[in-house]
Parts: sequence; structure tokens; C-alpha cells
Amino acid sequence: MNKKTSALKVSLVSVGLGLLLGLLILIVSGYSPMVLFNAILRGLTGMTTMRPVFNLRNTGEFIVFSLPLILTGLSVAFAYKTGMFNIGAEGQFMVGACASVVVAILVPLPGILHVVAAVLAGALAGALWGFIPGLLKSNFKINEVVVCIMLNYFGMYLSNFILKSLPGSSISKTVVIPTSASLSSDVLSSITNNSRLHWGILIVALCVFGYWFILNKTSFGFSLRATGHNEHAADYAGMKTKRNIILSMMIAGALAGLAGAIMSLGVFNMGRVLSGFENYGFDGIAVAFVGAFNAIGIVLAGLLFGLLKVMAPLMQATGVPKEINEIISAFIVLFVAMQYGIRLLLNKLALRKHNKGKPNTLETSKEGK
Amino acid sequence: MAYAVEMLNITKEFPGIKANDDITLRLKEGSIHALLGENGAGKSTLMSILFGLYQPTSGVIKVHGETIKEMDPNLATELKIGMVHQHFKLIDSFTVAENIILGDEPVKNKMNVIDIKTANRKIKELSEQYGFNVDPNAKISDISVGMQQKVEILKMLYRDAEILIFDEPTAVLTPQEIDDLIDIMKRLVKEGKSILLITHKLIEIKSVADECTILRRGKYINTVDVKTTSIPEMAEMMVGRNVNFTIDKKPANPGEVVLEVKDLCVESDSKKQLVKDFSFNVRAGEIVGLAGVDGNGQSELIYALAGLMKASKGEILLCGEDIRNCTVKERFDKGMGHIPEDRHKYGLVLDFLLKENLILQSYADAPFAKHGILQMDVINKHADKLIDEFDVRSGEGKESLTRSMSGGNQQKAIIARELDRSPKLLLVVQPTRGLDVGAIEYIHGRIVEERDNGKAVLLMSLDLDEILDLSDRVVVIHDGERTAFIDRDKTDFKDIGLYMAGEKYKEEGTHE
Repeated sequence: MNKKTSALKVSLVSVGLGLLLGLLILIVSGYSPMVLFNAILRGLTGMTTMRPVFNLRNTGEFIVFSLPLILTGLSVAFAYKTGMFNIGAEGQFMVGACASVVVAILVPLPGILHVVAAVLAGALAGALWGFIPGLLKSNFKINEVVVCIMLNYFGMYLSNFILKSLPGSSISKTVVIPTSASLSSDVLSSITNNSRLHWGILIVALCVFGYWFILNKTSFGFSLRATGHNEHAADYAGMKTKRNIILSMMIAGALAGLAGAIMSLGVFNMGRVLSGFENYGFDGIAVAFVGAFNAIGIVLAGLLFGLLKVMAPLMQATGVPKEINEIISAFIVLFVAMQYGIRLLLNKLALRKHNKGKPNTLETSKEGK
Repeated sequence: MAYAVEMLNITKEFPGIKANDDITLRLKEGSIHALLGENGAGKSTLMSILFGLYQPTSGVIKVHGETIKEMDPNLATELKIGMVHQHFKLIDSFTVAENIILGDEPVKNKMNVIDIKTANRKIKELSEQYGFNVDPNAKISDISVGMQQKVEILKMLYRDAEILIFDEPTAVLTPQEIDDLIDIMKRLVKEGKSILLITHKLIEIKSVADECTILRRGKYINTVDVKTTSIPEMAEMMVGRNVNFTIDKKPANPGEVVLEVKDLCVESDSKKQLVKDFSFNVRAGEIVGLAGVDGNGQSELIYALAGLMKASKGEILLCGEDIRNCTVKERFDKGMGHIPEDRHKYGLVLDFLLKENLILQSYADAPFAKHGILQMDVINKHADKLIDEFDVRSGEGKESLTRSMSGGNQQKAIIARELDRSPKLLLVVQPTRGLDVGAIEYIHGRIVEERDNGKAVLLMSLDLDEILDLSDRVVVIHDGERTAFIDRDKTDFKDIGLYMAGEKYKEEGTHE
């Protein structure tokens, strides 16, 4: 089994096993398995088995919730490729959301410049939140995980403080941002039956392409990957490993910051004061791992977790507690984390199948590494 | 005579390669059997099969005459087969005793508290029985490589292993440690153990083994009686052709000074002086050997020259220009080449493709990158050229994962990369560590060729034979200080050994 197909297989098997176990729990708790099936179907298309009416609005909303997860997934994956664990996407997401709203409300700019500035502000704020752990790691060998976790809280409380201080803010939200700073799109909304689908989808597409391009096609990406795989060899080869670590954390931060920006500017059109984490950043870790750090894989994994996010209220509507949903995502993550075991299992199954086909003719068997 | 292990007609296929092709190996009880072959000959695969890490495509394994249906690592342990790995599997921050009992800890009372006293006593006994002189309470990070290997051996003995496999055991040892190890192996056999020795060092086979099985490119060549077979005969079977043991070397024709090192000092992070006022030079067209016992500052000296460690004082002149404060990249650009000590740690990114490793320093320069974008056709062509020119062998050519390549071919890839940049000064560090005769012959030839092409070569090696074979001048380091800097012709193995031990060279050639 070669490495690439095996990563894909492991992810697929993990997702399948997660859903299967979720289904089991559903049945054991006394609900019909159709609830899960209907929630998936409705989340994707708006249809259910009872009401086969195709509704693009659901599809649009499902994509809306997938977009930030794809970005935070890219964020975690980008840092991971340089040998860093960016558990700070959550905080980067929040400061990104905050900064974009600040620019949207306080900095009046003409036309498209306004939205561009607001989006960039989100990316920059996230980059700053990535710069701090990057700098501390590269120059002082301080573990980035600890710094990131602290910055998550700092980011949340700082964002809340700033948002509440903006003119016209209530205790829970800011004023609605000017339309010139909004990413909302009448076109996208109208083709998806009034969903909240917004121009952020273009930003995400650009980031997915950029992720793949930078890492695989540029000399900068080459040195980032070398640093991630073997810092000593990168040093030996004269690469600027310290700079690489800082830059990679900044890019990761910017990606998570963008996720925050598109949620604020595209979905809610206002700044929200949050009482706790919304888990876009933490889910990004799961997305990156399930997506096997591959650009397309992360898009698919982002869509999967976006689907799980929209399924929760749909299942709740039929009386199923939203925890079931969380259990399913937890199982998927658990199985991905167990990928060594799954790989072992897959290999054993493949071997058994093989041996069954050709009993006692070991001579001709060609088993992969 | 009974056999401890028999591996009969073993064949193992991987996609695209037959790693083992009908190989038969019989280890007699109470004997030392050598397994000889170049890198990539299939020795490691055969051993992985013996331990059940791979299942053979066909063939039979017998232990003490009994056929083993499906071998697995746990069963191998149960059958009292143990392996001393080339790269030690020890935890640095644990003590000797903790490492030895790891996974098989003796416990006292119901709380499962580890009974370290019993362990220490048993280890002491074993250590004395075999003359190891190992302190069970010492930390692994504080003991020498030779000691660490003894710990690995003790680990096997602690588990009552009867069949011991030594994988390239002398690759990391000093000459004295090698003599020690050979004594230990002889004593083990006397005590009734059976030993399988994987190596490509023919002298060792000759001095310790009873029989020798030779593999070449996955195929079984022969099993010979070591006493009646000469070293050149074994070498020829291993490589498939006549091997030239003496290095063809014309007298050096040195030109101007390329590297001039003046009063160089290097300090550790804790301000300990590792290199003290060290001065020497290397001229174009000559090889200067840097000799010393491991840990006397030679690695730090090389790091300082390569830019991986800061020199606290002194000058490093490359063609007259002080490069002491230059970055690694600037040094490469100014004409330095560096074949590093540890190819896994420094020389290669093991998870990169071969073609990527071949541009590890020049990835951002034209023609490999234009405006920051990698030029894949150029990189591919470059890789094909080097693979062809330096005969780098691997499963999937330039697209091979570097980790999957044999040590010799990994080293060839590094050499190809460094020589291709045609540096004026070549730092060559332990270039043949862990490599087989064929690869060593090739690499030595290549280094001499570079010298004859007018390059300045600084060779650091812990293998004194290598230094004496290749060098035109030798500089000896002891405890960070230069103890000798002399022409190769005016010295010999014994003298250099004395300088390595700290004795200072006197102009007249007399010793204190």
C-alpha cells in the first residue's frame, strides 16, 4: 500500500467507522437510524425521505459553515508542514474576526477598498497572533503549544473588550457593518435560495490553491518542508530555519484570521462578543488531520465537518440531542488519531483476502510494504 | 552439528524489487556466523524476516531444528533470539539498568513497584561474567558509544537470549573498542551462545567468525569457511569483481592555501572551551586529515568551519577572505562543500524525494528556481544526471523516498550533490561510516580524484586507517588542542595514536 492512497483510505475508513458508531449509539438510545440519514441528506440538499424537495438553501448554508473550517484546517496543516503544532487557530480566528470588524466600522473607505482592507486586517491580526508563538519558539525554544493556548484566551478576551468598546456596541454585539465592508453576496445568495453564501468562498478557493502552490511549487515552500521534516538538515543546507518557523506560524495565523474575517464580514455582518470558544480553530486540527495535510483532502474534510455542524440543529429538531453529533465527530477524530491501528487492520484484511484467494501459493504473493 | 537457526530458500519480493532471492543461511550452535554483503544486498531484509517483521514470499525458517510457521517479533524473543541494532535503541535520559529492564521490569509486591535492586544485582553479575565493566546507575547520555553498545548486549543477555544478532556492530566504535567487542563475542560463544554477525568489514570477519555467508544484490552467493578463505576472495564474492584495497594515489601536487584557520576557538553554550587556539591550513590539491579520538572537539571544529556553530575567536580564511561571520549559505556560495558527519541528521531530509535532496542547498538558486518558483524539469534533469554520473541506486530513481534507500546510496547522493557544486574546499566528515567495501572504494577514489583536480580537501574521520590511507598531511586534535600537524610520510599509525592521546609533536620527531 503506498503512502498516499493509504492516507486517503485511513481517512475514509475513519469517517465510515465514526458514522457507523454514531448510528449504533443512535439506535441504542432509541432513535431511528433514519434520523441520521435524513440529517445528512437534508444538510446537503434540503431533502428528507418524507419531503423530497430539493432546497439549495441548505446546500448554501452547509458550504457557509464549511468555509471557515477549511481555512482553519489549512492553518493547522501549514504550520504542521513546518514542524509546528498550531493549536492557536482558535485565538487567531477571534482576533481576525475582531480586526476585520474594527476596520469595517471605524475606517471608512470607498467601494471595494473597504472590504479588501477589512479582510486584510483580519489576516494581519491572525498573522500577529501566529508571530508571537513563532518568535518565542524559534528564538527561545518556548513550546508553541503552551503559548498558543494562552493566546487563545488572550485573543478571546481582548477581542471581546475591543468589540464592546466600539461605538454603538451592545453587550453582546457590535452595530451592523456598512455594506461596503460586507462579503455578503446577493448573487450567491439568490442562486442558493437565500442562503448566507458569500464572497468568502473565493477567498477560501484562493487560500486552498495558495496552500498547495506555496508548499509544493515554490522554493520557499521547499525550505519550509525541509525545516519541518529535519531542522538540522535545513540548518546544514543554509536555510533560514528560524525565519521559516516564524513565517510559517504567521501564514498559519493569517489563514485562521481570514476564517474569522469571513465569518464576521460574510455571515453575521457584525462583530459578536463571545462567551466561549466556538471551536472553529480546534475543529481545524481535526480537519487538517482527517484531510491528511493535503489541500484537496482538507477541503473534503472541511466539508465533512461543516456538514456535521449543520446536522446538529437538524437532528435536534427531531428530538435527538446535539451531543450525538459531537460523539460522531469525536469518533471520526478518534479513528484518525488511531490511524496506525487502522493501517494495521487494513493490511491484515488485505493479506487475509489475498491468502483466501490463493491458498498455499505463497510464492506468487506480492504484498506491499 | 546442530543448527541454532536455519533460513532455507528465503525469497522476499517487494513491489518492483526482489530483496531476497532464494537465500539459505545456517547458523551452527555455538559458532559465529558472518553475513556479508554490500548495502542493499538484502541483509537487513533477511534479518527482518528472521524477526518476523516481514513474512517471506517463500521459504522456511527453523529454530533449533523446529520449523516456525509464522514468525513474529514476540515469538522471536520467546525463542531467545536477540538483536543488537546498529543504531542503538536506548533512552538517553534513563540509566543503564532502566534501559536494560525496559519492557521486562522485575517488580516487587502487589503495587508493581519496580525492583531496581534485583535488576542492578543481576546486571552487575552479567556484567562481571562477561567482563563488561558497566555501571548500572550511569545515565546513557553520560557514557561512551562503546559502553552504550555493551548496554545493548547486556539487554539481550538479561533476557537470556541464546542467539545474538549483531548488526554492523563496529561501525561506530574506536579501534580499542572494536578489540574489546571481538573479545566479548568470543567469550559469548564460549558460554554457548550463537552469534550472527552482519558486517562488511572483512578484517573483523577474518578475526572472529567461523563461517561466512555472502549475499550480493539480493542473491545468495556462497557460504565459506572463514579460516580457509582469504579476504580478497570474500571481497570478490561480495562485490562481484576484484577489489582494490590499496588506494591509487599519486603524490600530491599542492598549490596555494585555500583554507587557513588561525587561532580558532569554539565554546559550548555553557562556555566550555571545545576548540582551543587551533591553527592549520589546507592547500589546493591536497588532502589534510583531521584525526582524534571521538569527542575531542573535532566535530565542533568542523561545525565552526561549516557555519553551524559560532567560533568565539580566531579567523577562518577561505581563499584569503575571512568567513568567520558568514552564514552557512554564504559559505556554500563562496566555494565550500560539506559532506556532513551524520547523513541522517544533517545530510539529508529523509522524508524528501531523492531529487529534492539533490538540491538541498541550491533549491532557491537559478536554474532550480525562477522568481521563487521551483523549476521541476530542471530539477528532474539535474537528478537524472547525478544519479547516472554517481551511480546512485534506488527503487524508483529520482522519485524514491530517501528514507527507503540504502546507507551507501544515501551517502552517494550527498557526495553527488556536494561534488556537483564543484567547491574549492571540501569538508569531508566520516565519509564511509557504516558503508561497505564497494562503496568505500568508490568514495575514496572520488575524494582522491577531487584532490587531483586541484580541490582542497579536509577529511575528518574516526577511522585512523582512512586518514592514513587518504591524507597528504595530518592534523591531530586532542582535548580541543592541536597536538600535531605533520606530513603523512613522516608519521605512522603508532605515532598518530600517541598524538591522539595528547602527546605533542616535536620537530625532531622525538616524544616526551
